Amino acid sequence: MHKDVNMVYRNIRISGSDPRSISATVVGVAVTVVLCLGALAPVARVLGGARPASVRLAWDSFHGEFHVGLDPLSAVFLLPILVVSPLAAVYGGCYLYSFRGRKSLVAAWLPFNLFVAGMIMVVIARTAIVFMTAWEIMSLSTFFLVAFEDENAEPRRAGWIYLVASHLGAAFLFAMFMLIGGRAGGLDFDDFARLPARGPVWSGVIFGLALVGFGAKAGLVPLHAWLPEAHPAAPSHVSALMSGVMIKLGLYGLLRVVGFLGRPAPWWGPTLATLGLLSALFAVALALHQRDAKRVLAYSSIENMGLIALALGLGLWAMAKGAPEPAVMAISAGLLHVWNHAIMKSLMFLAAGCVLHGTGERNIEKLGGLMKRMPWTGGAMMAGAVAIAALPPMNGFTSKWMIYMSLLKWGLSTDGGGLPALLGAGLLALVGGLVAITFVRLAGIVLLGSPRTTDAANAHESSWWMLAPMMILLGLCLGAAVAPGALAGLFSGAVAQITAGDRTTAARVILPPLGTLGATNALVIAMLAAAMGGMAALTRVATTGPTWGCGYAAPSSRIQYTGGSFAATVALKLLPRVLRPRISQIAPRGLFPARALFHSDSPDPLTTRVYEPFFQRMGDRFSRLRVLQQGQVNVYLGYIVVVLLVTLAWAAFRGGWGRS
Amino acid sequence: MEAIAQGVVHVFLALALPPLLLGVIARTKAFVAGRVGPPLLQPYYDLIRLFHKGSVISETTTWVFRLGPLVGMTTAVLASLLIPLGGPTAPVSFAGDLILLVYLLGLGRFFTALAALDTGSPFQGMGAAREVAFACLAEPAFFLGLVVLAKLTGSLALAGMLGASLGAHWATDSASLVLILLSWFIVLLVENSRIPFDDPNTHLELTMIHEVMVLDHSGPALGMIQYSAAIKLFVSSALVARVAFSAGLGSGWTAWSVLVIGILVIAVLIGVVESVMARLRLSHVPTLLVAACLLSAFGVILLAR
Amino acid sequence: MAEILDPILITALALNFVALGVSRVKGAVNAVALQGILLGTLPLLVHPEIHPRGIVLVVVTIALKGYVLPWFLLHAMREANIRHEVNPVVGYKSSLFLGAVGTGLAIVYSSTLPLASEHAGMLFVPASLATVWTGFLLLTTRREAIMQVLGYLVLENGLFVFGVLLLEAMPFLVEAGVLLDLFTAVFVMGIIIHQIGREFSSISTEHLSELKE
Repeated sequence: MHKDVNMVYRNIRISGSDPRSISATVVGVAVTVVLCLGALAPVARVLGGARPASVRLAWDSFHGEFHVGLDPLSAVFLLPILVVSPLAAVYGGCYLYSFRGRKSLVAAWLPFNLFVAGMIMVVIARTAIVFMTAWEIMSLSTFFLVAFEDENAEPRRAGWIYLVASHLGAAFLFAMFMLIGGRAGGLDFDDFARLPARGPVWSGVIFGLALVGFGAKAGLVPLHAWLPEAHPAAPSHVSALMSGVMIKLGLYGLLRVVGFLGRPAPWWGPTLATLGLLSALFAVALALHQRDAKRVLAYSSIENMGLIALALGLGLWAMAKGAPEPAVMAISAGLLHVWNHAIMKSLMFLAAGCVLHGTGERNIEKLGGLMKRMPWTGGAMMAGAVAIAALPPMNGFTSKWMIYMSLLKWGLSTDGGGLPALLGAGLLALVGGLVAITFVRLAGIVLLGSPRTTDAANAHESSWWMLAPMMILLGLCLGAAVAPGALAGLFSGAVAQITAGDRTTAARVILPPLGTLGATNALVIAMLAAAMGGMAALTRVATTGPTWGCGYAAPSSRIQYTGGSFAATVALKLLPRVLRPRISQIAPRGLFPARALFHSDSPDPLTTRVYEPFFQRMGDRFSRLRVLQQGQVNVYLGYIVVVLLVTLAWAAFRGGWGRS
Repeated sequence: MEAIAQGVVHVFLALALPPLLLGVIARTKAFVAGRVGPPLLQPYYDLIRLFHKGSVISETTTWVFRLGPLVGMTTAVLASLLIPLGGPTAPVSFAGDLILLVYLLGLGRFFTALAALDTGSPFQGMGAAREVAFACLAEPAFFLGLVVLAKLTGSLALAGMLGASLGAHWATDSASLVLILLSWFIVLLVENSRIPFDDPNTHLELTMIHEVMVLDHSGPALGMIQYSAAIKLFVSSALVARVAFSAGLGSGWTAWSVLVIGILVIAVLIGVVESVMARLRLSHVPTLLVAACLLSAFGVILLAR
Repeated sequence: MAEILDPILITALALNFVALGVSRVKGAVNAVALQGILLGTLPLLVHPEIHPRGIVLVVVTIALKGYVLPWFLLHAMREANIRHEVNPVVGYKSSLFLGAVGTGLAIVYSSTLPLASEHAGMLFVPASLATVWTGFLLLTTRREAIMQVLGYLVLENGLFVFGVLLLEAMPFLVEAGVLLDLFTAVFVMGIIIHQIGREFSSISTEHLSELKE
């Protein structure tokens, strides 16, 4: 009874809350847009070759100062933040507006802006304190965004997993910074850069901690478990930003820390590269048979992060062996893919958001035929699929081509990667094939054919506030495809910084091949256009009719191939058993089958087989401590008093004051 | 001057010769079966006929359906410009073009499969699913073969990898070369939907791979699909021929004639294989493709151990 | 200097006992407010050569501790109809006794600490520890939210006394103390709003349920 009344009460308030939603949206979008566009100018200057800048403010807290800076490495990672965030914000303004009344939009926009600001701060931070503060702001604000639709169980679970994973990762980072800080005698990055001579074991420990802490954010397998849960649960513009931009900051952190450690040890590069390649293989195998469109994209993000890690690993490997040219090639490949993946994955998530917006459905088995109903979204998604499948003439191909080339060159060079690198190129081709299947399936099942449900049949196109950001991203993808050289020129400063070389040499190594590749992409585009023109002239008579049903008299949209069946050949026959979808079925039997049932599910094998049992057991073990949970504030405060007294007593008893 | 002439010849051969291979295969099969068979130029007549027809387009489809054959043909033509035929280089050649070759074929397949899904027909979806599934295994086998060539010649451009220096390696590294030839021949049969993997002439849609995928295309679109399939066959045969006959290729115009003869020999070989073998069960196809991948991988391992 | 400082500190200690011993919430609020004002003047007395930033700090501290927060609390009591009688878990006499024991221990304990020579003879550290202890006592033994806020304020006052010693070395610590005050202010406002909201909704549900029956 009481509940009903509350509902009535709340509903009365809803009708009056519109101005608040509008102002929250306008302020939320405007802050991000102004902030990001304003920051673009200095970033562009540094990318163009201007001297790095830094700001120090006296900050009489925790040893040291407030120190931020902008160098080429920061600028490369800032660029996607500053470009994608405003687009996501504009899109989100429209996307979230449909939640007005049901949810407080302030609760969506405040964390969104904090999230963007946190990402920017992470990249420009120059002391460990600022870095970790920004890192936590970034993680916590995204937690609120992931759990935005907290009336449903799935986002709550996703948010919880994300929160735990980010903080486990952050714990490793804290340990790492404390270790470095202890050795460097300060927490400023400048102190870190002047580290005294260091042993291989110590450096190795730091690298290991960084790999775990930053790898968890970057979604490298086996630390990826949060990613396929969190990205689908968040509102789509947030998924775009998380997947397109945030997870890359894990790799930024890794590069930054590796920069403090001097010349990389010989095992770092191969480790990172192997981890990257395995992540890519693992993730694409799972992306292949997911049913949730956004989960497909989330796994594809892990795959792409794997590719970037592979490239950066190759770079470190080459640096360790003192081979500057392969290092420059590989690092540029990685950085280029950071940008390319940022724009194309954002595009895909925004398009998936439009589909969700227009149909209310993320399950691809319930979609279909959207290309006719949502032509703009469909077109953008199609182009994005080509890009992300790394096919020419889109931008994904350019960076993947660079990754292949660095692998091959490193494999062929005399004291280079040798056999592992060459076989790695073969595995990369396998990844490429699987990615192609994944995205043929996603685009084909969602956009093409005829609608499988009434929701899909009644889909509506989104407004231009949502379409325009996608079109801009699409334009950026095309731009990156035909002019990869221009981008690589901008990134050459960062490449030089990472490889400890100079900008012009770096540019000399990477620009010529990329120029050729851009021209090739342009050639492919031109030939396609010419073929289209020719085709239009050739097709004289075209009549329309139904699809040829191979003799079946009454075909329905339900007999279409589904996403599940499309992936079945690979998913059920070729993949290792643990990566296959889980199927439970009661097959029809006999002449008059009574009942038949088929259910398939594609959970993450690591989550279901390792993490969940582990945390379940831990939870059981710790459940005995529930006694402490009394639900009364006084008791909790009593605990604090007891701890305080014990500490004081211990200190007094030891009499250790002032010994230090 | 010579280079321009060779370029012109290259383009001419790449565009004009492919349907002939289909004719040669058909004639070979007829010969083995003791029939007369269709004229050698029958595929050309078929194409001309198709390009003169009107077409029926399904109401379910969108622009993707019409784009499919176009992309397929464009990528096939581009691919044929990437591989060197008789000349020392190809019209389009740069370091790293081997990756472009693989991905161009991938692009064509991507849109052919999408066009199939666009019809909403379960059979075409089935064909598309099979095509992409087998391709994802054929790709590494093919690519690792290219890696072997790159390792042998130290070049990352197809012109260098298939160039004059390759012939000398038959004396020293023949094991790897034989391995990749075997692997590539399997890939050639799969990619071009030949027996024992696929039967272009079968009548039951349920058992097809490539043919079922393009069921709904008609008229010029179907013509383009058949033409691009022929070009793909030509491209793969030319690659196999360049490797197989690299020792005796010679230079100048002799090389061109050796290569054309080589390609025709391979077409005959395909015809013989098609005549003497039955179709494999569909579930055995991946096994054979994995074997092809392993053959190529061993080729790499032998060289780079 | 000690001749002004020690009486102030003693008064503050005495106010601790008032807060522990009074039975009316209002009395406790006033005691804590007075303690806040007294302690707020300390930075000026300890560091007479203080710069303008310090003066601002002192003014803000006194305003928050002495006027704003007590006003909030009293306002909250009025608006939300909070009971005026304290309903302790541990009785007044026992609270006083515990407070006395704690204060005694604090004085003994602080003499074992290795303090800087100029601070050693003064009451700063014992007063600080004793006030913190009182704060904890209030927090753990009182049921009402308002009294817990008071406990928190007393606790914070104790920390502030300690911070005054460090004003020159670590001005940040004292500023953070002011921030804590602000936090308390928000905390109290939250209680007010929550209480008011609950009151109103309960009233409205009563009315609506009457309509139904």
